[in-house]
Amino acid sequence: MIEVNRQGDVWVFAEVDGDKLSDVPLELMSKGRQLADTIGVPLAAVLLGDGVEPLAGKLVAHGADKVYLAEDERLGRYQAAAFGKVLCDLITEHRPQVCLYGATPLGRDLAPTVASAMRCGLTADCTDLQIGDHTDPVSKETYEKLMYQIRPAFGGNIIATIVNPQRWPQMATVREGVMRMSEADPSRKGEVVRCTPQLDGVELPLTIEETHRRERKVNLKAARIIVAGGAGVGSKEDFRLLWDLANVLGGAVGGSRAAVDLGYIDHDHQVGQTGTTVRPALYIAVGISGAVQHRAGMQESAKILAINTDRDAPIFSVAHYGIVGDFRDVLPKMVKSIRGGEA
Amino acid sequence: MPYNCVVCVKQVPDTKRITGEAMKEDGTVNRAALPAIFNPEDLNALETALAIRDAHGGTVTVITMGPPAACEILRESLFRGADRAILLTDRRAAASDTLATSYILACAVHKCSPDMVLCGRQAIDGDTAQVGPQLAEKLGLPLVTYVEELLSLDDGQLRVRRNAGHGWEVVSCRTPVLVTVMDTANTPRPSAAKRMMKYKKARSRVEVAAALAKEMPDADKADQAEETDNRCQALADKGLLIESWTLDDIEADLSWCGMSGSPTKVHRIQSVVLTGGEYHEFPPTQEAMDELIGELIEDHTIG
Repeated sequence: MIEVNRQGDVWVFAEVDGDKLSDVPLELMSKGRQLADTIGVPLAAVLLGDGVEPLAGKLVAHGADKVYLAEDERLGRYQAAAFGKVLCDLITEHRPQVCLYGATPLGRDLAPTVASAMRCGLTADCTDLQIGDHTDPVSKETYEKLMYQIRPAFGGNIIATIVNPQRWPQMATVREGVMRMSEADPSRKGEVVRCTPQLDGVELPLTIEETHRRERKVNLKAARIIVAGGAGVGSKEDFRLLWDLANVLGGAVGGSRAAVDLGYIDHDHQVGQTGTTVRPALYIAVGISGAVQHRAGMQESAKILAINTDRDAPIFSVAHYGIVGDFRDVLPKMVKSIRGGEA
Repeated sequence: MPYNCVVCVKQVPDTKRITGEAMKEDGTVNRAALPAIFNPEDLNALETALAIRDAHGGTVTVITMGPPAACEILRESLFRGADRAILLTDRRAAASDTLATSYILACAVHKCSPDMVLCGRQAIDGDTAQVGPQLAEKLGLPLVTYVEELLSLDDGQLRVRRNAGHGWEVVSCRTPVLVTVMDTANTPRPSAAKRMMKYKKARSRVEVAAALAKEMPDADKADQAEETDNRCQALADKGLLIESWTLDDIEADLSWCGMSGSPTKVHRIQSVVLTGGEYHEFPPTQEAMDELIGELIEDHTIG
């Protein structure tokens, strides 16, 4: 861990996917910018890899005041041992107050490795980050301008705000799509700080023998219309009705975590805190009760239509339109309306 | 060559059935108020370890950190084929966050000198997926996350297929190693009837003591302790004693355990309050659907 450092930067780990930056760090730059401005410190991106220098400009354009750049051939492919070592060295040297990571498979491998080595805290899958004060309930000591790490917890009946008052840096992971990416500003100026990774004697324990890319089956973030189903759909066969509606609307099909867990639809289609966060023009929620983790991933949709047999389902609390009824009856009628009367 | 596997498992509240009443004032979950289950992906980790033992020899030790009630999943592990079960229980470990939990588990796992440590990818109560990677760092072991298939294990060389999110990788590594296992890796074997008959009587010392306190409430402490010793010895002779370890047994530094060992603190817990539904309701009729779709086309939401 590092001591509390009020002058420390806000850092965003700049994950690289292939030869380009992933979306998450760019999304985190806009939230990081807000946090840094509220505290009154610089925002920095940390870019590790082999031959990644050309990506630094994009990070500056998205809000970075500084880019810490560490290049080494041993950083060409991700390994927790090497990335963890370099990141811990950088944290120890520059003492940032906040480190943000995308909650990607890589981020969820790296961030806990760093947290363990630095003996600092880490909060997973935050749905919001804010700056605020915290008073310890026992010692009554007040800590100013901490990062509030906000996430739904335990079945979604509560929203927990977590802080890390003393053992810094304050670290959190955030899922893709949760923060909105701001427009790039190519005229922004930033500084690239070259760092020399100390990797001598660091063993790379894994041999990556094969890498296979699999494109995601659906890009929910880009969909204008999403028809999403939950446990209430009842079967994979009945999910067919959602695909039919999505097809006539030119939309995509999503699912709640319950629907994914029940095998009604592939994980790529999952909407919510541990899936994808979406903001389509129209979100049609079918047989979704609307746990807070699900709502966290869709409630900023421009229009929300909820279809549920249970009038008291929480999903209606965020809906603009509601239909209390059986989707097996309702969806075919909607398809018919869209087709102008033809079933 | 044989491999000694340690599987870290967790008893979790069935998050699909949580109500607000199960929360305590301080924001932690009152586990006693919830149905408790074997964390699903930990069963996949256990199955991976059992398959390794069946193919190569060695042992499978299951460790859980939790209250005495967590013995339930240790018994379940024994039913399914584990050789040894350890309950790590200590009031001073309460309120541990993932960092303190991984420290305590690391002290316990270290005592077992394993060739492989296996964890489920994540637990369904927190979904953090942090303890596995943190445990690997604390033990100084190579970390292989999101294992979907064990391809081979020859002379201490492990090859697996792992999920890399945007695809998959084949990774190899020397043992000892820590792996986290996904639900897609295998189908956990069910409990074996014969093993159930035997191990349903397995108990930990804390359970034996609690049962005795009920049976002989008026006996003095010394008598109770002596009888507890006798019964535990009898269980041990039959191979039915679930070991229970405290923080002292694993020589943990208390400053890294429980509340003091946890850098993260709960600032606030808010119950989710639903605002009244101000939505436009349509009845499920064809006419209403025509009207709804018409409205959505009108404001350019559709088309």
